[in-house]
Formats: sequence, structure tokens, C-alpha cells
Amino acid sequence: MSALSISVEVPDRVSAAFTAERGDVIAVIGPNGAGKSSLVKAIAGLVACSGSVRLDDRDLLRLPVRDRSIGMVFQDQLLFPHLDARHNVAYGPRARGVRRAEALRSADHWLQRLRVGDLAARRPGELSGGQAQRVAIARALATDPDLLLLDEPMTGLDVGVATSLRIELARHLAEFGGISLLVTHDALDALTVATRVLVLDEGRVAQYGTPDDVTQRPVTDHVARLVGLNVLRDGDELRAFDPSAVTVDLVAPSGSARNRWPGTVAVVTPHGAALRLVVHVHDGPDLLADVTPAAATELGLSVGRDVWVSVKQTSVRSYTAPAN
Amino acid sequence: MSDTLGRPPARLLIPAALGTLLLVLPLVALVLTAPWSLLGEQLASEALREAMWLSVLTATVATAICLALGLPLAWLLARVDFPGRRILRTLVIVPLVLPPVVAGVALVSAFGRTGVIGEPLREATGWSLPYTTAGVIAAHVFVSLPFVVISIEGALRSAHKEYDAAAATLGATRWHAFRTVTVPLALPGIMAGGVLAWARSLGEFGATITFAGNYPGTTQTMPTLIYLSINSDPEAAKTLSLVLLALSLAVLVVLRDRWLVTP
Repeated sequence: MSALSISVEVPDRVSAAFTAERGDVIAVIGPNGAGKSSLVKAIAGLVACSGSVRLDDRDLLRLPVRDRSIGMVFQDQLLFPHLDARHNVAYGPRARGVRRAEALRSADHWLQRLRVGDLAARRPGELSGGQAQRVAIARALATDPDLLLLDEPMTGLDVGVATSLRIELARHLAEFGGISLLVTHDALDALTVATRVLVLDEGRVAQYGTPDDVTQRPVTDHVARLVGLNVLRDGDELRAFDPSAVTVDLVAPSGSARNRWPGTVAVVTPHGAALRLVVHVHDGPDLLADVTPAAATELGLSVGRDVWVSVKQTSVRSYTAPAN
Repeated sequence: MSDTLGRPPARLLIPAALGTLLLVLPLVALVLTAPWSLLGEQLASEALREAMWLSVLTATVATAICLALGLPLAWLLARVDFPGRRILRTLVIVPLVLPPVVAGVALVSAFGRTGVIGEPLREATGWSLPYTTAGVIAAHVFVSLPFVVISIEGALRSAHKEYDAAAATLGATRWHAFRTVTVPLALPGIMAGGVLAWARSLGEFGATITFAGNYPGTTQTMPTLIYLSINSDPEAAKTLSLVLLALSLAVLVVLRDRWLVTP
């Protein structure tokens, strides 16, 4: 039996079931409105839901919020504005009856670990977004939860701040040892932090697997776009290929009609050392293609140019969409 | 005085000016005709000092009781969803719009010597509430409690509920969250409610004189003494009125951030 076994339904928002083992870091991704936040809030007990959340042999949904042994990191942190960082982090241990001196010692320890030890005396209003999120993570971890829920902790942070926090968060979550659920809309979070990726789409689990699995064989357009992969749907069969495997020509290339498409260049953007084209295929979804700047110049690939895009069959991964 | 929409019309300006005059003139007259030269002597008089002391004492005790009862009541109305919540809120607000003298009659009906609760209470203990200092305090609480509840409930509604949720995820019981998060965050509203209650109690007249009477030293507060003096000793009435006016202005200063905010 898995350590964590979840089956929850929030009416009109989300209906999801999955399991996880101790040490798992699960990235919950999906488009806006897919029910990501509702899922973690339901587990935390902050929105009404039905179902069960079995953690070892307890059903968390039968327990009041404070007895669920969860740590929650909110998108807007919700640090108590009238307490300094130290007392915010000490709040959890104090609420659970730990003696004052010990709670404050533990708070200092966690602030040090999140590298905001020197900001202990500051109130939330005096912290930057990244600093406040570090304090919020320290506060959640200080209660020694079994289950850590992070609701878009990187949202709203500067790109640079988010990047360094992401790398550290990966380490903290790996050391944490419990089970973490990380709601994110950033593919990078899923790849750097997570051991499992849960893809939600319209309130349902569209895909649940390892980051490799989900990013190599995405079953939703949303994930395909997030990871920058071309995914074509052919009945139950999905075919994924990388934009760098795509060849762009001005005339129809030879080969199977299944692997070549006429279209019009719609967008040209720099992508690393290459140029990334978005090609409007005449009778199908848009495709991404990476070309060298030299090739782009030679073929005159500007917006509006009619082209043929093709891919070698050997570069295409075919897989079956899981039935839902 | 003029903007791009044209001059404000006289038919609006004149009533506005009259209204202002009506509000300001009596207060100016009070200040102008007050017996300034006799002020020290007046303030030293026994009856006046007794009434002032009793007013401050009863208003302060009433405020403390209002906060002790009003804060839980406001919390219940703001944070707990239960059937009949709207009815309860309406019942709490009624004394706010009730004529104070009616409040006094209602208090007599309940706690008077032959009242619904007053009679059995007197028979059991020999003690009754009317015509005692405790009666004055009861009348003050009755008229001031709604101010406290409304003011604190508003503060609790605007202080974000999510902080309570955050506290719960950290392991706080509702009582612990109430003490450590809800109350500190709503403190400005709680203070404002307290100040309002104190000001309302200090000026309370109708319910007090109806329910508790007018005995110097035990139930004669400043407003009742003013009412008695206005014919017999107008100078004393004016001096007392000046004191109350000054206190009212002080309350306004304390609450300026809440009431005098211009959009």
C-alpha cells in the first residue's frame, strides 16, 4: 500500500485520484482553472470536498485542519503581518505546545537553513517577495509535517530570485523526507524539483508519471507547450517530436505524407543559438521548428513565408494516450 | 468654487450653508457664553466632580464589559456560519436605532423591581439593579454594545480570514488563532469600537435616567446633572457641557482616521 493515497472531489473544480510514496515530490501542473489550487486546498482542508486522503493509516479528510500534519506554503505567503519572521516561523511549534525558547531556537534554525537568518527580526512588510517566500517555507517546515503543500510558491517572484529559490527548494524537498505537492505553472519546477508530475486538465488527472515520462510523452497540449514539444494526436496514438528534429524546406520533401506538412511561418523568435519558428500548418495544429540562423537566411524564413515542415520517422516517439 | 461643470447653483449652496450654520452655531454659542471666569470654581464644586467621576467610572466599566461581550459576539457574526446569523445581527443592531428612553423602559421591564428577571432576582438575593451604579452601567452597556459589535465585526471582516486558515495549517486551535492572529489584526477596529462605546456611554442620558434614576453620587452622571442644572444653575450646566464637548472632540481626533477620511 502506498504511503499516500488520494481520491478527492471538489464539486465543479476537481476530481482526482493518485498515490505517492514517502520522499516523493509531486509537481502539479496544468492550465489555469485546471483545479491545481483546489486540489491542494482540499487536501489542506481549506475548501470543502468529498473523498479521502489516506496518509499511512489515517484519513486526513476526517481530521480538523490543525491535526492533519500538513505544512502549507501559500502563493501570497500569508505571513502574519504583526509578527516578525522569527515569530512567524515559531508560530507552528508554539501552537503545538512547544515551549517558547525551544520554538524560537527551532525558528532560528529553519531561518538559517533557508538562508534568511539575518532577517529574523523583520516583519513581513519589510521583506522582499523572495525573502518572504523563504520565511513562509521555513514556517511550513518548522512544524515537521508529513505532507508539504506548496501552492505556486514561485509565482510573482523575479525570474532570478525564482531560479535560485528553485534550486534550493529542490534540495530542501529532497531532504524533507515527507511527501510534497508543488503546484506550479512552470515546466522548470517540474523538471528541477519533482520526482513525479501530476498533470491536471479540466479538473481531472490527465497524466501522472516521472518528469521524464511526462515531458517526453505529454498527453495534453498544455504540457506539450510547456516543454516545447510537438505532439500530434492520431486517434489514440500520440506522436511527439522535438522542434530541433524538424526540417524546414521551401518545396515538398520526399517521404511519408504522415511526416510532412505544408504551412506558413507565423512567428520567429530566438531560441538559444537557433531560431524557433511557429508554423501554421494548413490542416492541423501549429508546429514548432528550430532552424539555424544560416538556414533561416538562406531560405528567407520570415513571417508569412510558405514552407514545408517534415520530420524523420526515427525522430518521432509514438505512444498511446492513457484512457480516461 | 467653480469647475468645468459650471458654478454650484445657489439653490444648493444656500441650504448647505444653512445646514452648516445650524450645526456650528449652537456649539460656538456654548463656547462663547460659557462662564470661563468661573470655570475653576465650577469644576471644583462637589456635585460636579461627583457626576464627572461617576460618568467616567461607569463609562469605563461599561466599555470594558462591552468589549468582553462584544468581541466574541462580533467574532461569531463575522467568522462562524450558522442558521439565524442574519436574525442575530439584526437583533444586535436594534438598540442602535431604538430611542434611548425606550431602551430604559425595556430595561425596567426586564430588570426592574417587578421585571421579568428583576423580581425573581430581588426575591432570591434582596438585590435589584435599578437605581444603583450597576444599573447605570447596565443601561450604558445596553446602548453601547451594538456600536462595539458593528465596529469590531467590520474590522474582522476586512482582516483577512486566510490568516486564520494559515494559523490552522500550522496547528493552531481556533481559540489560539483568535488570541494570536485574529485579535491582533483587528486591534484598530477593536480600539475604535471601545472608544465609540466609551463616548456613547459618557453621553448616555435617556436610558440611564429612566432605568437608574438620578441620585447624586450613585446614579447621577454628567448628562443627568446637566439636565437638572439647566434651569437651576445654567452656569454649571454650561461648564459640564464644555467638558463633554471637549471629550467628544477628543474622541473625534482619536477616530479621525476612520471617520474623517476623504475619498
